[in-house]
Amino acid sequence: MSTLEISETASGREASFVRREMRAAEPAPSSEVGAVAWMRQNLFTGPVNTLLTIALVLLAAWVLPPLFRFLVTDAVWTGANREACIYTAERTAVGACWAFVRDRVAFFTYGFYPLAERWRVDVFFVLLIIGVAWLLNLRAPRRDLGAIYGFVILPIVSFILLSGSKTLGLPVVPTNLWGGMMVSIVVASVGIVVSLPLGIVLALGRRSSMPAAKLFSVIFIEFVRGVPLITVLFMASVMLPLFVPDYMQPDKLLRALVGIALFASAYMAEVVRAGLQALPKGQYEGAMSLGLGWFQMMRLIILPQALKITIPNIVNTYIGLFKDTTLVVIVGIFDFLKAIEAARIDPTWAAPTVSTTGYIYAAVFYFICCYAMSAYARAVEARLAVADKR
Amino acid sequence: MTVTSDAPSEKPRVAPWNDPRVRSFAFQALLVLLIGFLVYEAVDNAADNLRRQRIATGLGFWDAIAGFPISQSLIPYSEASSSYGQAFWVGLLNTLLVASIGIVLATLLGFGVGIARLSKNILIAGIARWYVEIIRNLPLLLQLLFWYNAVLKALPGVRESAVLPLGSFLNNRGLFMPKPVTGAGFDLVLAAFLAGVAGSIGFRIWAKRRQERTGRTAPVGLVTLGLLIVPAAIVFLASGSPLTFDVPTAGRFNITGGMVLQPEFLALLFGLVIYTAAFIAEVVRAGILAVSRGQTEAAFALGLRPNLTTNLVVVPQAMRVIIPPLTSQYLNLTKNSSLAVFVGYPDLANVFTGTVLNQTGQAIEVVGITMLVYLTISLGTSLIMNWYNARKALVER
Repeated sequence: MSTLEISETASGREASFVRREMRAAEPAPSSEVGAVAWMRQNLFTGPVNTLLTIALVLLAAWVLPPLFRFLVTDAVWTGANREACIYTAERTAVGACWAFVRDRVAFFTYGFYPLAERWRVDVFFVLLIIGVAWLLNLRAPRRDLGAIYGFVILPIVSFILLSGSKTLGLPVVPTNLWGGMMVSIVVASVGIVVSLPLGIVLALGRRSSMPAAKLFSVIFIEFVRGVPLITVLFMASVMLPLFVPDYMQPDKLLRALVGIALFASAYMAEVVRAGLQALPKGQYEGAMSLGLGWFQMMRLIILPQALKITIPNIVNTYIGLFKDTTLVVIVGIFDFLKAIEAARIDPTWAAPTVSTTGYIYAAVFYFICCYAMSAYARAVEARLAVADKR
Repeated sequence: MTVTSDAPSEKPRVAPWNDPRVRSFAFQALLVLLIGFLVYEAVDNAADNLRRQRIATGLGFWDAIAGFPISQSLIPYSEASSSYGQAFWVGLLNTLLVASIGIVLATLLGFGVGIARLSKNILIAGIARWYVEIIRNLPLLLQLLFWYNAVLKALPGVRESAVLPLGSFLNNRGLFMPKPVTGAGFDLVLAAFLAGVAGSIGFRIWAKRRQERTGRTAPVGLVTLGLLIVPAAIVFLASGSPLTFDVPTAGRFNITGGMVLQPEFLALLFGLVIYTAAFIAEVVRAGILAVSRGQTEAAFALGLRPNLTTNLVVVPQAMRVIIPPLTSQYLNLTKNSSLAVFVGYPDLANVFTGTVLNQTGQAIEVVGITMLVYLTISLGTSLIMNWYNARKALVER
C-alpha cells in the first residue's frame, strides 16, 4: 500500500501535504547552550553552589592580586646583594627577591663543585636526559639497548665523570664538594636504578615457595616499611660504619645512597608484588606447561606483563623517592634544599623576602619534576586502559 | 592372586642437580649461609670497632641523668634530674601527640577535599584538584621548612602580636591560647559525658538491630546528640560550672598566663596535616568513585531518598575501599612526624636519635630502640587493620 502511495507521488501527481525538505532545526533554548548554560551547570547548580561560587570568587579577588604583586610587580629582578631586596624609604613594598635566585643559581645547581669542572656535571645532565627520554618513550627504537644504557652504561660513565679519574686526566672531585640540584639528582637516580632490580628480587623472594627466601624477604620488607626514612638514614650513617671493617669506611654520600636505595627497594618490592599478584594463574601454568624453567618463565612471561601493568605505580614510587631525597641532609649531604637553606641564611642576602623566594624556587623545581613524572604515569595508565578494552 | 600393575608410578629419574627439591634446598642453604656470614661479619666488626672507639654497649645509659632541656613535655621532666629513659618517654609522647592531633585534622581536611574534588561546582573541584596536585608533588620537608621559617618564624614579635578571637595571640613565639582550668566536680561532668557516649553507642546498636528486624528507623542522630550533651550539661550546671579559662594577657615584653602552642609544634602539625590530607583526599575520591552508579540508581529505584542512599548504600561500600589505604596514610603521617628533627620539635626521633645519640654515642642501641618503637606502632596498626578488614570484607557466596 505504502509503495503504491509513494509510486503515485513519484509519478508526478503533486501531493501538497508532503513535505519535501527538512525544516531547519530550531536553535536550542538559550538556557541550555553557550556560556550561560555552562555557568548554570557548573557554577550555579543550586543555592548552596551559587553561594560557594560567589564566596570563592570574592576569595580569589582578595588573594590573587597581592600574590601577583608579590611574584611579579613588586618583585626585584636585578641586584648583587641584600641591598636590592631590603625595605628603603622609596621602596616600601618588596615582593619576591628573584635577584637572589639569579645570583645564586649556579650554587643551587652545582653546590661547591669546582668551577672549572662544572662542564662535567652538564655532560652528566645531558647523558641523563638522553637515558630518560630513551627509556620513557614507549615508541623509541631499541629500548633494550636503552635499558642497558640507562641501567649499566650511564651509572658507570656518570660515576667516572663526576668523581673524576686520574688515568683519563679528569681531576678527582671528592663527594663532599658535590652539592645542590646535582647531588639531589644523583641520589634520586641511584635510588631509581638500584631499587627496581632489588625490588623485583625481593618481590620474587616474597612470593617464592622457598621458606628461607620468603622469610628473609618478608622481614626485610616489613622492617623497612615500618620505620621512617630518617631512622634508616641514621642507621646507614652511624651504624653502617660500625658494621664494616675499619679499612673500608664508606664515604658519606655512599652511606646516604645505601640508605635511600634499601628504603626505596622495600617499597618497590610491594609495588612489584602487586603486579605479580594481578597476573592470572594461567600465565604461570601456561609457561610451565611449555616446559620453561623458573628463570625463563619469569624473564619471558611473568615479569614483562607484571611490570607493564604496574608502571604507573612504579613511577609513583619514584615520585615518593624523589621527594624523599630531601631528607639526606640529615646525614650531612649538601642537597638542593640544603643549598637553598644555606643561601637563605647567608648574610649577603639577608632580606625579608629571601626565604620565601628561595622556597618558591625549590617548590617550582620539585613540582616540575614530580608533576612530569605523575603526568607520565597517568599517560601510561590511559594507554594500558585502551589496551585492556580490546 | 594376581599382582596388579597399579603400584605407585615410579618417580622420574633426574640427576640431583636437576631435581627441584634438591635445587631449592641448596639455594636456601646458600642464602642462609650468605646472610649468616654477613650478620657474623657485621657483629664481629661492630664489636671490634666499638672496642677500639671505646664506646660503651648495653642499656646502661637508660637511667643516667640526661642533662639536656626539652622544650615541650607532657610529663614532668627536668634538665637536672631526669634520665635518658624519661627523655625517651617525653619524646614518644610528643610523637604520639602530634600524630594523633594530625590524624584527626588530616582526616577532616582530607575528606572535605576529597568530596570537594567530586563537586559539580567546577571552581570547587578545580581548587581541590590543584590543592592535591601541588601539595602531593612537593617534598614534605620543603613544606615544613616553609611553614616554620617563612611563615611562623616570620610572624611579628610579642609586642605586635596578632590578636585572634577568644583571647588568643599569635606571634613568632607561638600561638597563645586560653588554658582550661578544671575545678572540683569536673570529674563528675566527665563521667556524665562518658556515660552519654556509652549510652549513645548502646542506642545505636539497639536501633540498628531493630531496623534489621522490623525495618523501622530511629532518630539516631538526634538521640546521640542529646545523650552526649544533656547529661553532661546538667551535671556541669548542677556542680556549679567547674571549668574556667586562664586567658593569656599581653604584657610589654611577654605574654603571661594561658597555654602556648610552640611554632615548632604548629609548623609540624600544619605541614603534616596539609600534606597527608592531600593523599587522604585521593583515597576518599577513589573510594567514592569505586561505588558504581548502578548502586545509587538501584537505591533510588527502591525509593530511598538521597541522604538515606548516601548513608546506607554509598558510604558503607565506599568505606570498604577507603579504610585500608587510609590506615597506611595514618601510618605515613606517624612516620613522617619524625621530620620534626628539621624544625626542632622534640619528638622521639629528635630527642633520641638526635640529642641522646650525640651525648651517648651508642648508635646501635639508640637507633635500634627508635626503630623498634616505630616498628611496633606500624605492625600493631597493621594487625588491627587486617582484623578489621577481614571483618568488613565482602562476603562472597
